Amino acid sequence: MPLFKAPRLLLPLLVCLFHLLTQRPSLAAPALQTIAKAVLLEDKTDEQVALLETMEPDPDVAKFLNLWKEGGIFLWERPDQTKVAVVLAEQKDAEDKQAATLLETGKPLLAADGKPLRLLASDLTAAETDSTLRETMKAILDLAGLASSEANVRLQSVETLGMEQNPARLPLLLKRAEKETDPKVLRALKEAVALTQLKDESPDTRVLGCRMLGELGSIRAQDVLQALAKESDGAVQRAALGALTKITLHIQAANTFGTLFRGLSLGSVLLVAALGLAVTFGLMGIINMAHGEMIAVGAYTTYVVQCVFGPGLQVSPFGLAMSLPGMRTTGWLYDCYFLLAIPLSFLTAALAGILLERTVIRFLYRRPLESLLATWGVSLVLQQLFRLTFGANNVQVSSPSWLSGSWTISDVDFGWNRLFVISFAVAIVQGVFLLLSRTPLGLLIRAVMQNRAMASCMGVRTTRVNMFTFGLGSGLAGLAGAFLSQIGNVGPSLGQSYIVDAFMTVVVGGVGSLFGTIFSAVGIGMTDQVLQQVLGNPVLGKILVLAAIILFLQWRPAGLFVTRSRSLDN
Amino acid sequence: MNPHPKRELLAAGALAFLFLFLMPALNAWAPENSLLHVSNFTINVWGKYLAYGILAISVDLLWGFTGLLSLGQSLFFALGGYMLGMHLMLMIGKLGQYKSDLPDFLVFLGHTFLPAFWRPFSSFAFAALMVLAVPAVIGKVFGFLAFRSRIKGVYFSILTQALTYGASLMFFRNDMLMGGNNGFTDFKTLLGADVRSAGTQRTLYIVTGVALLCIYFGCRWLTRTKFGLIQRAIRDSETRVLFSGYAAANYKLFVFVVSAMIAAVGGALYVTQVGIINPSEMTPDKSLEAVVWVAVGGRGTLAGPILGAIVVNALKSWATRAIPDLWLILLGGTFLLIVLFLPGGLVSIPSQLRRLLGRRPKAEEPSTEGPAPISKASVS
Repeated sequence: MPLFKAPRLLLPLLVCLFHLLTQRPSLAAPALQTIAKAVLLEDKTDEQVALLETMEPDPDVAKFLNLWKEGGIFLWERPDQTKVAVVLAEQKDAEDKQAATLLETGKPLLAADGKPLRLLASDLTAAETDSTLRETMKAILDLAGLASSEANVRLQSVETLGMEQNPARLPLLLKRAEKETDPKVLRALKEAVALTQLKDESPDTRVLGCRMLGELGSIRAQDVLQALAKESDGAVQRAALGALTKITLHIQAANTFGTLFRGLSLGSVLLVAALGLAVTFGLMGIINMAHGEMIAVGAYTTYVVQCVFGPGLQVSPFGLAMSLPGMRTTGWLYDCYFLLAIPLSFLTAALAGILLERTVIRFLYRRPLESLLATWGVSLVLQQLFRLTFGANNVQVSSPSWLSGSWTISDVDFGWNRLFVISFAVAIVQGVFLLLSRTPLGLLIRAVMQNRAMASCMGVRTTRVNMFTFGLGSGLAGLAGAFLSQIGNVGPSLGQSYIVDAFMTVVVGGVGSLFGTIFSAVGIGMTDQVLQQVLGNPVLGKILVLAAIILFLQWRPAGLFVTRSRSLDN
Repeated sequence: MNPHPKRELLAAGALAFLFLFLMPALNAWAPENSLLHVSNFTINVWGKYLAYGILAISVDLLWGFTGLLSLGQSLFFALGGYMLGMHLMLMIGKLGQYKSDLPDFLVFLGHTFLPAFWRPFSSFAFAALMVLAVPAVIGKVFGFLAFRSRIKGVYFSILTQALTYGASLMFFRNDMLMGGNNGFTDFKTLLGADVRSAGTQRTLYIVTGVALLCIYFGCRWLTRTKFGLIQRAIRDSETRVLFSGYAAANYKLFVFVVSAMIAAVGGALYVTQVGIINPSEMTPDKSLEAVVWVAVGGRGTLAGPILGAIVVNALKSWATRAIPDLWLILLGGTFLLIVLFLPGGLVSIPSQLRRLLGRRPKAEEPSTEGPAPISKASVS
């Protein structure tokens, strides 16, 4: 055997040399010859495997091996009965024929008269693979992935290699670990090395592997470690058990942080949804049951803006066909639609709110219970209008690319849209706070809300201030809609799913207190997520949160932050 | 309430004769194709309206008379329906899809025996008792907690809304063992009679009518006692009632529990006639719909809610067939206009007309003018 092996070792060396001397793309040529040779061996699996194992794994090799696996390499018989391996181009002509290239050289296949040959795929036999061969290929592909220039591909192949636990791969992994710069891949490499070490013969190395896995908090290593702890004894067993404890702790920590993050983001969602309500209900004392529909107005505005940036929009409310032309933008320009949608959704909802205030609510300032009923009527009408305009089904709002991704930091996912919602909540709370405390309009708003009659006597035009305040509250709801469109469905009943939560948030926080709303939103969000985590059931969690709120109000009937006054009927 | 008690009695008697005697009689004995014949469908629909009327009275007893806008009445209504529904489910027996003694959905969920809390419901008497007891207990516990901490006005509405919302979420779950999404349906027999036969439906219609009549007169009596006076005093100024030495919370709790039971009776009668009960009957929106009936009919009166329930539902029956797309807009719009311009509801139209014509009614209590302001704006 060694005699036969020598030339096989020589070939990769030559290939390497070739790599060094000539840069891409011609570097793959010898590899291609090897593949072509292997393909031509057809049924002789052993020889094919042996041949493939000599190859230096690199991305080009990977490309053709994949092609082979998928049946994209064909055998073509020359007129002189010799077979060659060919690859067909993607485009088909009218007769379904495809241009063929010779796999070995990458040059077009020429007919006897020197013209490029076009072949019909169904006339050729695809190069076959059997399971042994595919396994070999997979091993090469994984190794090839290690050298890939894309971090994701490297990560994947490192993870696969780690789970293989093949000690023969150890030197390769270690070598890669020295060169690796991407922190994620480096971590995966360490994990893979440690996993492979578990299969090592020497107990010391195995202990080392266990310790490493424990330190990394490797979740995927749990099963392997459990098996190891069962099989072995002494130091190895102790190390494995120790590592398992560490991993469990790590999982708990990751779960806790994940829950906290989700709680924070849910809290921000509630806060964004309830902030407008904190203004209309908390400051003005209006029970706006149509608040949810104001949120939906914002969400639909986002949808319309998206459609204008994209393919345009046709709607036909009451049989009136209306259409908006689309700009058909793509790429970064399309992603910018959301930046335009944010202010527009604020404006549309604010205008809708002002209209509502002028036509309905101004008659009901002295009758809060009736404002609840009248605005419920408005909410029914609005919902039906959405349904008639945009259809009863949910509409598709796609997130811009800069909102659809996530960071994973030690097994905790941080979705960009959730991070964005959190920072957005902080920003608008800050904005509302500054508006109310630092601007003349804010001063007027606070004056009118505290004592409408007195402010009026002092010459404040209260009707105007009412209008602007309600517009502000509705506009905030519209903003909420723009953001909720990024994390949930947009449909006619979008508002309904948030309205109860939003009211709860304001009531628990203490009506009239913006700070209370912040605390209660984050508190309710956290409680909800923690209960979900503990109970493993979202609906039950939600029910318990509602029950907890009812009990909480026993303890503090006026909410977290009480706005005190001397009025009896307060 | 009414300045002409005799006239009221006369009207009630005439209506009772018309609806409780004449309609069923025409249904039973008038020949099929004669003009006078009342179809089974009509009887069924009116039975549903009357059950809704009971629900409306329960809303009005709280909202119109005590100033408590409860959005939890649909919960009690549905609970009453569910309690009787459990009995009806067990009465299906082996006639269900799976030919099992268990209700179909339990078989479907893989249960082999009846859960313990289902067992007593095979007795009609127990189920009937539970129709009253379960809503009463839930009302009592919730009301105790809410009134003890002096939750009132819109806060009470929001809290009851949350209660209803939470309960509907719970009933939507399959592991609640109450039928989940689909609820209960496909009932076969009630007290040995075929539920779907015309005769049973007619009887149920009469029972519903009689129940409505009894509840009407019961509430009429209750609101005219000293208790009713305090009730209205609480509505108009709770603080003054407290300062006069009355334990307002106890009064409110009593009314809350009574109206929960009334709503439950309505729900139980509703289920037997409609033949289905599911959690969508329990959502806060259904409560608000019942509030609409009361507002349309006229709150603070006892005839108003019944009138409102019938008018709005008749309108709904017509509109959902004739203009299905616009029904919600019509409902929302009507409601909006009534709240804004006709706070006294339909029953106040005659007195308003009279005022317009310059003929003031002779003796007039404040409450017939439509409700007094229920609480001051809670703005400060």
